[in-house]
Amino acid sequence: MAFFDIPLPVFMGQLLIGLINGAFYAVLSLGLALIFGLLNIVNFAHGALYMVGAFVAFLLLDILGIGYWPSLVLAPIIVGLFGIVIERLLLRPLADLDHLYGLLLTFGLALLLEGAFRHFYGVSGERYAIPDSLQGGFNLGFMFLPTYRAWVIAASLIVCIATWLLIEKTRLGATMRAAVENADLVRAFGVNVPLLVTITYGFGVALAAFAGVLAAPIYSVNPLMGSNIIIVVFAIVVIGGLGSIKGAIVSGFLLGVCEGLTRVFWPEASNIVIFVVMAIVLIVRPAGLFGKAA
Amino acid sequence: MSQSNAHSSGELSHLADEESERRTPLIADLRLWAVIGIVALLIAPHFIYPVMIAKVLCFALFAAAFNLLLGFAGLLSFGHAAFFGFSAYVTGYCLQSLGFSAELGILAGTATGALLGLLIGALAIRRQGIYFAMITLALSQMVYFVCLQAPFTGGEDGLQGVPRQPLFGVIDMTRNINVYYLVLAIFCFGIFIIYRAVHSPFGQVLKSIRENEDRAISLGYDADRYKLLAFVLSATLAGLAGSTKVMIFQLASLTDVQWQMSGEVVLMAVLGGIGTMLGPILGATIIITLQNELAQIGSLTTIVQGAVFVVCVLLFRRGIVGELSHRWNRWRGRSDGRGGDAPRTVQES
Repeated sequence: MAFFDIPLPVFMGQLLIGLINGAFYAVLSLGLALIFGLLNIVNFAHGALYMVGAFVAFLLLDILGIGYWPSLVLAPIIVGLFGIVIERLLLRPLADLDHLYGLLLTFGLALLLEGAFRHFYGVSGERYAIPDSLQGGFNLGFMFLPTYRAWVIAASLIVCIATWLLIEKTRLGATMRAAVENADLVRAFGVNVPLLVTITYGFGVALAAFAGVLAAPIYSVNPLMGSNIIIVVFAIVVIGGLGSIKGAIVSGFLLGVCEGLTRVFWPEASNIVIFVVMAIVLIVRPAGLFGKAA
Repeated sequence: MSQSNAHSSGELSHLADEESERRTPLIADLRLWAVIGIVALLIAPHFIYPVMIAKVLCFALFAAAFNLLLGFAGLLSFGHAAFFGFSAYVTGYCLQSLGFSAELGILAGTATGALLGLLIGALAIRRQGIYFAMITLALSQMVYFVCLQAPFTGGEDGLQGVPRQPLFGVIDMTRNINVYYLVLAIFCFGIFIIYRAVHSPFGQVLKSIRENEDRAISLGYDADRYKLLAFVLSATLAGLAGSTKVMIFQLASLTDVQWQMSGEVVLMAVLGGIGTMLGPILGATIIITLQNELAQIGSLTTIVQGAVFVVCVLLFRRGIVGELSHRWNRWRGRSDGRGGDAPRTVQES
């Protein structure tokens, strides 16, 4: 069985890689969109915190012997708390200034984190083993599906949908959406908006760390893993528009798949295809696929 | 007390002059600094290794070109490495494989910067603010991948040992000192262009767009055209700086097109002072010196740069030159008469 002269297993294999990358893109751009909604800043440190998440999982295992499953919960909590400290100490003073300052500050943070981990762990990266319970895979007849990769896609989807439900269907989510629309008015109703902002930042950052733990067994745990992915995620965010939670999730998966398919048909272009899509979207629909017209 | 009154009344007749002086205090008087600077730079290579100063000048031009966009048009580009680095590749290729003379090689690189600036700028100005920053970053990353894979860039190795072809076909460029004076001339030319652009009606329109784009449009200015023009000018000069770098180091590599380079030039401008003429030059000097000091440990440079970023944004948003000139203004405001004091200190924020 072949598809455009390309053997089906190869095709499906790249599609799978695309879906996995898409899962990371989706979780990361979801966090960016949440943070942007309430803080009005683009969190440049998002990629670095994704990397820190992976490293926390690695260190928990390496030093304390804590395995994958507890790390999947612990690492996001640790990084989320770190994010709360960052928000309170560094981002809060910038709240009333031009949004570009937030971007510059978080860029500086990203450099700091990346430089610090590079200083101690080099650039070669550390291995993180797939947990025993997720070893092996299924033979689907036309391809071999490793269990861990299936788990990554499922876990990302679950987290994305849960976050979406949280924002759209719960009272807390309704308050958050209201605060995005008009923070002052919500505050006048007695809601502690600054606390909401802090929690949102912590939660967005925890999402990044969660993606980092998921990624740890697939890619090596590497100080540079964050900066490589964040620029792609930025392009995806430009394509999808930061205003929409659903847009962030859908465009994340969509562009991951798009990248995977390009790797089948024209491998050299797979690195740049997302940027090309971004350029086309900017020409055809400058506000982004899911964005409201400015 | 009476003395200070007499002092201020004595200056009353010069009030008009004083007003204009207040806007450009002595320490920010560019003509003075230009003369001092050029004289110092002419004799400097007799005391300091010329390649080192040439490097600083090259990056100072790059930072000043970047600052033209951020400081005077309010557009934060996170992708200026694309112009700097890609132009360097083109110049390197022209010198090495096509045997261009120095000035033609640099010209080719600069023209490439302009063309690339036109392409990226036209896309980026379709969105504003942070989106603008993200788009420029993404497009420059695309340029990076093109440089990584294109056949003429030498992939991971880059272009090494690019020959220093003679200037105009006759002037020997193999000597460091000659290259230094070429770089100095290019630097002065670039800074002069930026100065002229900022202090022209064009620069005024850019500032008005920065302050209030909608109002500028309502006054009949085609904001997009002005922004694109500023972008192309900035990219052209960044390309000129990149081409010059090839003449100095005989090298064009992936480092020059990487996003870290874009971040570095942002840092130079922010540290020195966004929207000042001298700020980027000072910022570039500090950062390059710092890099040379920390050169042994690559990761330490990144850490220090990140820390400087955070400190600048939290405590030092005007940058060094901006802060000095602000203090100078306040000091002057306090020393001559109380009448004009209030409105000037209101500016504080």
